[in-house]
Amino acid sequence: MTTISESESRLIVQESGIPVSRWKVANSPGEALNAAKEIGFPNVLKLNGSSIAHKTEQGFVKTNLKTESDFTAASEELLDNNIPDSNLLVTEMLSGSREIIAGMIRDPQFGPCVMLGFGGILAEAVADVEFRLAPVDSYEARDLISSLKTSKLLKSFRGEEALDVEATIDLLIKLGALAEDERIMSVDLNPLIIVGGLPIAADALVELKDVIS
Amino acid sequence: MTKELRPLFEPKGVIVTGVSSHPGKFGFVALHNILSCGYEGEVFAIGREESIVLEQDVLTSLDSVPQDAADLMVLCTPVEVNEEMIRRASEKGVKAVFCAAGGYSETGEEGLQAEQRLVSLTEELDLVLAGPNGQGLVSPHVGLCAQIVAPYAPKGRIAVVSQSGNFVSSFLNYANQTGIGISRSVSAGNAAATEIIDFLEWFAVDPKTDVALCYLEGLDDGRDFFERVRAITKEMPVVLVKGGTTIGGQRAAASHTGSLASDSKIFEGMARQAGITHTQNIESAFEVAATFATQPLPSGPRVLVLTTAGGWGVVTADAISQSSDLVLAPLPNDLKESIDELVPPRWSKNNPIDLAGGETRDTIPELLSIASNHPEIDSIIQLGLGIQGNTANLVRSGNFYPDHGLERIVDFHERQEKRYAEASVEASLTSGKPVLVASELAVTQPKNPMVLNIRESKRLCYPSADRAVSSLNHMVRYLNWRNGI
Repeated sequence: MTTISESESRLIVQESGIPVSRWKVANSPGEALNAAKEIGFPNVLKLNGSSIAHKTEQGFVKTNLKTESDFTAASEELLDNNIPDSNLLVTEMLSGSREIIAGMIRDPQFGPCVMLGFGGILAEAVADVEFRLAPVDSYEARDLISSLKTSKLLKSFRGEEALDVEATIDLLIKLGALAEDERIMSVDLNPLIIVGGLPIAADALVELKDVIS
Repeated sequence: MTKELRPLFEPKGVIVTGVSSHPGKFGFVALHNILSCGYEGEVFAIGREESIVLEQDVLTSLDSVPQDAADLMVLCTPVEVNEEMIRRASEKGVKAVFCAAGGYSETGEEGLQAEQRLVSLTEELDLVLAGPNGQGLVSPHVGLCAQIVAPYAPKGRIAVVSQSGNFVSSFLNYANQTGIGISRSVSAGNAAATEIIDFLEWFAVDPKTDVALCYLEGLDDGRDFFERVRAITKEMPVVLVKGGTTIGGQRAAASHTGSLASDSKIFEGMARQAGITHTQNIESAFEVAATFATQPLPSGPRVLVLTTAGGWGVVTADAISQSSDLVLAPLPNDLKESIDELVPPRWSKNNPIDLAGGETRDTIPELLSIASNHPEIDSIIQLGLGIQGNTANLVRSGNFYPDHGLERIVDFHERQEKRYAEASVEASLTSGKPVLVASELAVTQPKNPMVLNIRESKRLCYPSADRAVSSLNHMVRYLNWRNGI
């Protein structure tokens, strides 16, 4: 299996109709700065390439860049890593205090499955994830959302809007439909940030089946 | 297409092979069980030596069995002779084989090959093959106990299939304990040709079965199971306990989603999606299946709790509030007014309806009738019955019985318990709604007249309110699933 770059992953996810944060690829600090101006500040800058899977752990993600000078310093620092076949990815900085995670995998027993879970810094400790076999219909997607133990935390909370359940159902249906493409082995949307109730992917990682040449 | 399993469960005659005079051998035990539980078809015993075992002539060859006299053969003979047995039996008109004998794929490569030969042979001869290496089958509606172990079970509407013979026995033991009977039971053994899902599919079209009860460990093809089982659950509830974890092989390596997946997590999601009633243990699996088999499916989540005294009702209301799918019904005003006319004003005036001891001899039956027929009530849990029976029990065994008027009062208490039990069943039948009676007396005092009368009505007296709530919750979840698809 091959992981592809975040930008290629974003293309696949976005084409399926799943909302992703606004983004642009740049090949130089200058291009990146233009992209940043277009997307606006604060924003996020990432190193983008097929060999970079766990960007955050490796320090390849710079978030909350507020000024042009912060941004330029960050892009130079990332490029100094000299990772082959990599460039820069500028994305908008989504603002929302709650996160969920979602994904698609192929299970050896049951075939393609979609996943939805509680996200954010406490995600691992809370460990609240649920799976359903893909494809899912709207009844199954709704049941998946409500069967999360933390589903109450996704209701309106301290002035933040409740998770838009219909939009999330739509997202899960589309995620399941990605499994129809047999090349796609897995999809991670980690995290999806809830902005005004809508879950938007701030990161995407797709694995493809190895093509035997 | 559904595999036709009628010859397995309703054979017109049965052949048992491997019969000898040794009462510890499988052939002997199978013959004994078939002859002892009321099977009315013809029975043929095949053994190595001509003899009489259990007053039955033992034949040394299938040649001596009349043509078309038996549909089922129970194989208790060793691997080496079974293929020949099957060929001869097929010529005699046998349609189904239960291979109780072991020595097949569970023993290694050679056994696996023998098992594959068994499968191709039965396919070629168009025979149903169950097992090998299974403890047998039970079919109480035709009095058949074709098992190499105990127990037998009373007639009922639950069909049991298990990947472990032990749990067939456990479920049948519960059937004997509670009196909630079964329609069929079978241990799938190595499931070489007839798998769990094949049995479930046949149960769904079996007129004697209302609910399936299944113990499962592993699946050869999970996706196939999912697709087929969710077609079954549309017609009939399937209660399932899953044991063990299956090692599925590798999932996408770099995927975070993959790292969060586990076999049990995915199974749980699959079960929910397929409308399977997935329970966490054997005991509750039986109780839930018994509930589906004996109570009507409610048409909504609103539960009314009736109790004769406080604490029981409070705890039950808590359990309902914490359940995932039930709602403690708000007490409708007109129902409140009707109750005001029945009992003194100290009753709770809320759900739970706590009579606070204010009931007289006809209150409980009347209340059950009014409440169960109310359109805003979907089901009832009745608590606090059996108290009078318990009193009668103590008085009857005390020093003063039957004098001092005690005989009369004991008689009254016991008659009242009978009335209560009958009223709960009557209310359920008339309204078409579940009415579950819960009391620890179900296990602490099984001879309590209330408990005995519930049992006689072929319903379950739940050993605690929690367990009644849990069973009802499974019913409503199943209802929601069926309405959702």
